[in-house]
Amino acid sequence: MKAGLKRSNAPIFWSLFGAGGMFSALFGPVLVFITGIAVPLSLMLPSETMSYPKMLAFAQNFIGKGFILAVISLFLWFAAHRIFHSLHEIGIHAGLGAKLICYGSAFVATVVSAVVLLGLGF
Amino acid sequence: MSKRRPYVRSMDGWWKKNPFYVEYMIHESTALFVAAYAFTLLVGLVRLGQGEVAWNGWLEAMKSPLSLICHVVFLLAIMYHTYTWFKIMPITLPPIIVGGKKVGPEVITGSGLLAAVVASVFMLGLVWRIAQ
Repeated sequence: MKAGLKRSNAPIFWSLFGAGGMFSALFGPVLVFITGIAVPLSLMLPSETMSYPKMLAFAQNFIGKGFILAVISLFLWFAAHRIFHSLHEIGIHAGLGAKLICYGSAFVATVVSAVVLLGLGF
Repeated sequence: MSKRRPYVRSMDGWWKKNPFYVEYMIHESTALFVAAYAFTLLVGLVRLGQGEVAWNGWLEAMKSPLSLICHVVFLLAIMYHTYTWFKIMPITLPPIIVGGKKVGPEVITGSGLLAAVVASVFMLGLVWRIAQ
């Protein structure tokens, strides 16, 4: 017989939520502005800011890799957790399927990002 | 078997009845825009991994009117996320005691928003410097 309580996995998901929420609160708006508005319109920043050689160099740099992975994965872990916990509010019973879709997509995105970043070399 | 049909109260639009809940639903839904933006970047990263032609295609797609409109919406939604994230922080953080006194909610929210402004200016300045 197994005694004792089963360890909860909630702190892991909550930490990822907290980190992603904080990271997106601090850098989300400025990143959207840079990648989605300023560079495409050459507003404040030249359009070569995100040229292939520059972005490749950024993604091959150790810090750049970490930053890209942190942005994509933490933003998605944050969103997955918040969306999963809001399902109840709109009358959807949040079962295993919903859990797999929410956290699963964040997990897959993290793995895909890591694989691409490793594939780009150092 | 049982003919019972227990009454189950409908959940339709419950949150529309109280402004507090309306705000709650709006700030919770900002997560959808954070996710949409992260997926946009993920596609970009995958295209970067596929080479120069693929990357330039993604850059070109980012210039389309649809993409620009989406990013303006993302910007507004994520700015609202920033605002509410720090507005709620006094409740989500454990009490912070400085000099025997509990730090007030307005100080926590204010420092958070200030940190976001500093982070944004720093990031924009850094990218601007690198781009020169």
